[in-house]
Amino acid sequence: MNDLLRPDATQQALQQRVPGLTLTIEGDALIIPADRLLEVGRFLKESEPYRLDYLSNLCAVDFVVEGAHLETVYHLYSMEKKHGPVVLKVRVPRDNPHQPSVVSVWRGAEYQEREAYDLYGIIYDGHPDLRRILMWDGFDGHPMRKDYVQEDQDALEERHA
Amino acid sequence: MIPGQGLLKGLAVTLTNFVASYPWGQRLLKLIGINGISGMFTVEYPEQQVKPAERFRYFPFLVYDGTPDNLRCVACKICEQECPPQCIYIEMEKDEQGRPVKQHGRTLPKRFDIDVSVCMSCRICVDVCPFDAIEMDNDFELGAYDRFQSLVFEKDKLLKSAEYFAQIKPTEAAEVNARLAAKAKKTATDKPV
Amino acid sequence: MHSRNVMPEQALETQLLELNIGPQHPSTHGVFRMEVVLDGENVVKLKPVMGYLHRNHEQLAEDMTYIGSMPFTDRLDYFCAMTNNLAYAIAVEKLVGLDVPERAQYIRVIMSELTRLVNHTAVTGFLLNDLGAFFTPTLYAFREREKILDLFEAASGSRMMCNYMRFGGVREDLPDGFLEGACEVVDYYPKFLDEFEKLLTENEILRARTQRVGILPKELAVSASVTGPMLRASGVNYDIRKVDRYSIYDRFDFKIPLGSIGDVYDRYYVRILEMRESVKILDKVLRDIPSGEYLSPRGKAISKAPRTFKPPKGEAYGRIESPKGELGFYLVSDGSVNPYRYHVRPPSFINLTILEDMCLGHKVADAVIILGSVDIVMGEVDR
Repeated sequence: MNDLLRPDATQQALQQRVPGLTLTIEGDALIIPADRLLEVGRFLKESEPYRLDYLSNLCAVDFVVEGAHLETVYHLYSMEKKHGPVVLKVRVPRDNPHQPSVVSVWRGAEYQEREAYDLYGIIYDGHPDLRRILMWDGFDGHPMRKDYVQEDQDALEERHA
Repeated sequence: MIPGQGLLKGLAVTLTNFVASYPWGQRLLKLIGINGISGMFTVEYPEQQVKPAERFRYFPFLVYDGTPDNLRCVACKICEQECPPQCIYIEMEKDEQGRPVKQHGRTLPKRFDIDVSVCMSCRICVDVCPFDAIEMDNDFELGAYDRFQSLVFEKDKLLKSAEYFAQIKPTEAAEVNARLAAKAKKTATDKPV
Repeated sequence: MHSRNVMPEQALETQLLELNIGPQHPSTHGVFRMEVVLDGENVVKLKPVMGYLHRNHEQLAEDMTYIGSMPFTDRLDYFCAMTNNLAYAIAVEKLVGLDVPERAQYIRVIMSELTRLVNHTAVTGFLLNDLGAFFTPTLYAFREREKILDLFEAASGSRMMCNYMRFGGVREDLPDGFLEGACEVVDYYPKFLDEFEKLLTENEILRARTQRVGILPKELAVSASVTGPMLRASGVNYDIRKVDRYSIYDRFDFKIPLGSIGDVYDRYYVRILEMRESVKILDKVLRDIPSGEYLSPRGKAISKAPRTFKPPKGEAYGRIESPKGELGFYLVSDGSVNPYRYHVRPPSFINLTILEDMCLGHKVADAVIILGSVDIVMGEVDR
């Protein structure tokens, strides 16, 4: 991997050039606080030498064991410079799962954020059309969370008057 | 550039293929000098049959050596656990006190059911079986008139001989037999005198 | 000469028509619904609706061993089973750090490139179906595809749901006669492509209907995370085989065909040229394949006893250039027998993001062929 894109080098560059930002590193990924996500995203997309204009993967993970949080993972590559990846992670608590949406920076996040909302319940503020995509409209609950209990399909549904 | 020459070229291709689908057409084309156009490609099933490849897999079967009661399966339940769609159901043969019954020196299954409509022919049961007791058959004409009774194959319907296995899959059977012979020789030499 | 008495144009009071294309429709490539708002025949708004084939593949994998989800990856993009398996195997090999023996790498490249041929013939055939050339080019393409599917059956046991790749190699070695059969198919292929192009490429009707339709500009394509032949038809040179150089692709000399305008015709033609490049790669691989192991010893142990495979805690993202675009698998392991998180990055799903942008201003019939040129498979879109 490019030396420039190693997590510690990226962390240093970000902390220098985006004012008032502190990041932590876990493994290969940088943990970004939710409210600074858009600034970091725009910086990584537009400034040299990164030019990470391609959001390859946006996915949500539900961590029940180590702290009860929901996490969104971003894998960023560059089509212009043909390097990558840089991995970003944003954590939100389960009882208030709000975080900014990156659709204004990378358009390709549109459907992937809808899927993360549908299956995990993370709410992306600023998304143009946040509604369910894979489950049917009117489905109750977020199926891929670890504490989701599947409804008993043999029991009759009761309609309350 | 004749207007419409793209269309005319395409029509020439379809005309050549149409003529080539007749036997006299192939001869005519060879006369003109056009070679290598394949003729009819369709196989009129079921009057004409295409023999499937040796490794073609459709539905598993249990192997026995010699007689149907000498089956290799010992009801270890590994295939039941590993099957991705969970279509196998095994019960070990036990006596009244709940102890396993032995036959030919091995335990055996009382019930071995596989559901045809659930099995997805992935062959993982064959990969994980430590005793080479279950193998894949290549018979795919298994139509039935009702969904739940006839499409659950029980132990008797699944038992097929090792000779049948060698007949449908010679290379694989040779490999399995070599492995079993080596294992048998090892246990024979390891037995305490 | 009489002068025609021409009526002055009266403005007709019209309404916008809201229409559902699909989910049961012969041209939507599966159970896919598009809600279009039409002004006459022109598309004013288009919203794709998907999820009719959602089979919660990602949640099933959390209850299964790592090897146990391999047959389910076959069913994601059901035309390209071998490449789906390969992407998953590469992701797990990255997670654990497994090596793959030489012969297994060559076999993997053979299967990937044959899959590329299989997919591109099928998608070109279906695009021509959408255009109205009812099944003639499709069956010409399928004639060649049958020969390749027979090769897959000889090697793995099944024409489409192959379940052939394993972690550390392939499930079993190539059978006798496979290499000769593959050489025969690959030697005839350029001749088939010449005939196919003679049938299609200069056809005036095809050109009139597909040129300047569904133009995708370069910047929008990059921003919308589009990958695969659709991206290269818009002029962006990004092919993961050249960028990541996974497997042994850096040993082969092949070009990346690029389009210039990014319309439907460019996407069709880029696929034809990619097939020619795949044939070049296959020629070299089939000649140079060495003898050796088809699966590393650790891989054999994992296949024989899946419950003993417990990767260390960590995560990995493995991606390949599948025939439809970038197919990636994101795995998080917590040290147990089942993956903690298993995510598929599906190219068809993400390529649909800009379907509306491409279709605005065109007619309904054009919306159908633009969808055909995006090359979606619902098994991958919905998982």
